[in-house]
Parts: sequence; C-alpha cells; structure tokens
Amino acid sequence: MSAISLRNVKKAYGKNEVVHGVDFEAAAGEFVVILGPSGCGKSTLLRMVAGLESVTAGDIEIGGRVVNALEPRERGCAMVFQNYALYPHMSVADNIGYSLKVAGVPRSTRETRVKAVAESLGLGEFLRRKPGQLSGGQRQRVAMGRAMIREPLVFLYDEPLSNLDAKLRVAMRVEIRRLHQKLGTTTLFVTHDQVEAMTLADRIVVMNKGVIEQVGTPADVYHRPQSTYVASFIGAPGMNILPARLGAGSSLLLLDDGQTVDLAGHPGGSDLPNEVHVGIRAESISLANHGRGVRAKVHFTEELGSSRLLHAEVGSTPIIVSSKDAGIIEPGAEVNLELPPDSLHFFNPDSGRRIAH
Amino acid sequence: MIERTPILNAVTQVVLLVMLFVILVPFWMVFAAASHDFVTVNRVPMPLWPGGHLYENLSEVWIKGNFGTALTNSLISSVLVTVGKVFLASITAFSIVFFRYRARMLVFWAIFITLMLPLEVRIVPTYAVAANVLSPLQQMLNLLGFQLVLPEWNLLNTYAGLVLPLVATATGTFLYRQFYLTIPKDLAEAAKMDGAGPLRFYWQILMPLSRSNMAALAAIMFVYAWNQYLWPLLVITDQANYATATMQLQKMVPEGFGEPPVWNTAMAATLIVLVPPAIVSILLQRLIVRGLITTEK
Repeated sequence: MSAISLRNVKKAYGKNEVVHGVDFEAAAGEFVVILGPSGCGKSTLLRMVAGLESVTAGDIEIGGRVVNALEPRERGCAMVFQNYALYPHMSVADNIGYSLKVAGVPRSTRETRVKAVAESLGLGEFLRRKPGQLSGGQRQRVAMGRAMIREPLVFLYDEPLSNLDAKLRVAMRVEIRRLHQKLGTTTLFVTHDQVEAMTLADRIVVMNKGVIEQVGTPADVYHRPQSTYVASFIGAPGMNILPARLGAGSSLLLLDDGQTVDLAGHPGGSDLPNEVHVGIRAESISLANHGRGVRAKVHFTEELGSSRLLHAEVGSTPIIVSSKDAGIIEPGAEVNLELPPDSLHFFNPDSGRRIAH
Repeated sequence: MIERTPILNAVTQVVLLVMLFVILVPFWMVFAAASHDFVTVNRVPMPLWPGGHLYENLSEVWIKGNFGTALTNSLISSVLVTVGKVFLASITAFSIVFFRYRARMLVFWAIFITLMLPLEVRIVPTYAVAANVLSPLQQMLNLLGFQLVLPEWNLLNTYAGLVLPLVATATGTFLYRQFYLTIPKDLAEAAKMDGAGPLRFYWQILMPLSRSNMAALAAIMFVYAWNQYLWPLLVITDQANYATATMQLQKMVPEGFGEPPVWNTAMAATLIVLVPPAIVSILLQRLIVRGLITTEK
C-alpha cells in the first residue's frame, strides 16, 4: 500500500494555476525528494499534503484515506519548516512537547517522551534553553524533534537545510538520512538543491513550472533524464545540450557548425528523427588527439581539485568538459573532444522529451 | 557608525537636561505647594522649598474629597478599561492579520477611521446609549414596523457605564496589528501542524510573545482611562458612591468668587491623584519603549 498518493492534484490562486495536475505515489517508508527551482510549485505541493493550502482539484491520500477536507492535525503529518518556526518564548522541551500538550497528554508521559526524543537528537542538555540561545543546527534538530515526537505517518520537510551554512548542511543531511533509516517513516522532502536530492532520496520527483518532469531513483534521473530540463538541472555541471541534425544513413550526426559525430555503435541510432537535441555529460567527454573528434574553443577552465572543468564552445554552442588529466589550457586554445556514441542522449527539440532508445 | 562630535554631544546633553528641568518643575511645584499651610502658600512669591504641612494637608484632603472611595472607583474602572482594551485590541488584530476573509481590509480601515472619533466627539449619542442600552435596537424595530417594546436598561451610575464606552481602541488595534505582522507566518503554520486551534495559538503563543507590546499599551491606556474626566462626569450622578478621582480633584480646586484659594490642599489632592498612573508608568517603562518599537524578534 502506498503511504501517500496524489491523483491529478491541481492548485490555482484565482485564475493563476501553479500546480497543473500532479500524479505520484510514495510507498510506505520511502524517502521521496521533490526537486525543482524556486517557483515550480514544489512547496505548494508539500503544503497541500500538509493541509496548509487547500487543494483546488484532485485527491490527496495519506495512508489510504483521502485527506483533502481534513485539518492538518488530523492528517498524521509532521512538518519541518525552512525557518524552523520554533516558538521563541518556549524552552526546547516545551517546543518539542507542544503537540502532546495540545493533545492533552499527561505531563509525566510528555516529559518522558520529550526526553527520549531529545536524547536521540543529542539535545538532552539543552532542554531548558530557549531557541534564541541555540545554534542553527541545534534549532534544526529541535524542529525535527518537534516533528518526531508525534510519531507521524509522514514527515514533510520544506527546504529544511537552506538556512544552514555549507558544512552544517552536509552534517544535517547525514543526520536526516540516519533518522529516516532508524524510524522508517515515509518522508517527503522539498529542495532546490540537486546534491541534497541525489544524496537523500530513494526516489526523486523533478518538478518544473507546476508539472512533474520525471520521477525516478537518483541514478535513473542522472543517467536517463527524461527531458532536456531534467538533464540540465541534475548534475553539477548539468548535461551539455547540443542542437544537431542527422546525416546520411542515420549514422552521422551533424552539429550546427557542420562538424560530425560518428554514431556507429549507438543502439537506437536508426530510428531518430531528423532534428534532435543531443545531450552528453561533462565527464563522458574526453580529450582526443588532434584530428579526431570534435573541435572546440576553450574560454576558461575551473579548477575543482580532483578535476578541471573546461568551458568551451562547439560552433556557437557552449559545452562543459570535466577532465581529470587535462593540463593547463590557455583561454582561446582549440581542443579536440571525443563524444562517445553510447553516452549520447537524444531529445526531441520541440518538446524537450527524451527519444527512447 | 562612529562619530566624533564632542560639541554636538555636549549640546544634546544640555538640551536633555533643560527638557528634564522643564518637565520636573511643575511636579516640584505641586509637591512644594502641597507641603505648606494656607498662609504660606498664598504668599507672593510662593516659597519653592517644601514646608512641614504635607501630611496634614494630605489627610485633610483625603477625608474632604472622599478619596478612599474615589481612588478605588478610578482604580477599578481604569483596570477594567485597560484589560478590556488590551483584550479587544489583541483579538481584533488577530482576526485582521491571521484570517483571510472578504471584509478584512474594510474592517481594518473602519476601525482605523475611528481614531478620528474620540469619545468627546460622539459623546451625545454615547450618552443616549448608556442611558438606555437597548434604545438603538428599539429604534430599529420601530423603523421596521415591529410593535415590540424592549425593557429599559441603563448603565448610568455603574462601572459598566464608566468602562464600556472607553473599551474600543483603534490605536491599540493598530499597534497589535503592526506587532502581529512581524510574526513569521511559519509560526502559525507550525502551531496548526501541532494541532493547536486559532484560540489556543492566540492564547499560548501570541499573547506570551506580545508581552512588551501589551505592557506598552496597558501603561498608555491606564493613564488615559485614569485621566478621563468628561465621561465620568456625565455618566455618574451618584457622586457619593461612584465619583472617580479626577471628579473629586475638581472639587478641591476653589471655584467662584469669595472663596479663598486653598492651593495647599488642592495640590495635596493633585499629588494623591497623580501617584497611581506615575507608579504604573514607572513599573512598565522598561517594556514601554521596547513594545512601541516592535522590531525585536
């Protein structure tokens, strides 16, 4: 049975529709990350699941029950907010235990449970402090504790890490993952950070402009992007997209400046349309000897330590190449790039959708 | 910002001291005058150094002005007005800020406009209503052609009559609205997720957070209610039992020709009447400034 299921869920503010019919299911115990740029409707979607926004059309089911008309507290969700949203005048213990207090749980039970939750998050010694006296990471943990103590069916995270500095973000990411392994609670996690999505998710839902672009495991989304949008959004850097035409016999790819790539050995080569967008990951491209591959002009290089990123141009199309063994390349120099046929992805230039092969 | 302006600093200090002096002199004169006997106080010029008759004047005027009852009345009505104002302002602003309904801005502006209609402006209709609470309803019924006669219910000579017309406050509602607007929306949503209903959120989260705001409003409104003069004078006719301190104070000031100006007792009465609001202001002053600058998080 799926823990959460969304069926053709839409959200409109007046005439302005921001979520255009979203369908997806999360299995019990699954960690699902909703990934997309700001304004793509991902937070709205999460807030609809939480019950903080009304659903314009469609159904939301949690644990087999349609919850559209239920109050947030009746849905069995707990939420962690971006700004933590801790009650500033209450101590850590009161913050964590507030939902129990509202529910009328007797003080002694409440105290034991608050203590257990706080211990498990390493907050044991801060129970008497106010949120203002805690660091960002500790506040984040209090917010998580406040969600955990309700033993919810579903955890909802709304960009919980974006207020933390880079180092703490990585640490909290690990902690969230560990927590999920321990509790096994179904989780919906909204973020715009693709690294967070890749590292945390069992499955990623990539959203763009109010629709789902792709649902899949991190590896799936990375290695088989279903659209140019997903291809260029996932990965750092995103996938290179080059416009191209198919040459004679469907075995030759003509780039826009007239250079060719041999498609011999590519499985689906024969049933491609005439015009395509070709995608290739920066790390799939290798530098070739003079006279082979595709010529490109280098603009500048970025040093990443473990590798270098060459920012180059093929004709007038920018292309980024990740190379471990490129030496220092002067800006303006020409390089030859090898584009292996079996790591090419093909997309329909009009719809941006992947052409199956 | 670092500034090095010693002369300007000195000038500001001097201005502050002058202002302090200007503000304190009247109080000093009240105190000095209240401590002399009748003869000394009428000497020209009046001595500015206090004399030895303070206690004597105070006890005389306490009995003469029935200040035991009057101060109690003032205290009861001022506390009720203050509590009522804070409650009404906070819950009205709560509705305006945290709920989405059609007439929200209309309600807010309607309340805001009443800033221009203090009690003194609407005193005649207010008195008419206080004299017969159900009269507006009666008139509406008559207008609609109903022959129902409602009982007469008047608030004259009651605490309710003293308090109720003063309870609504546009200033307070505005102050509370501004404060609520600084509260992150997430906080309300977190409370919602925790299962707290609106009233619980109001009571357990907003009220504790608005403590300094509340103190500022309470201090200002207490002084305002304490200083009410015109309204109590109209609504209270049973002055032996319901007179407020300000009403009694007026009687201590000599009026008409032929009566000697007994400034020493009049000033002693003034001293009695100004002590409670002064105490409230001093106790709450630390919170007042903080509450009026609602930028604290």
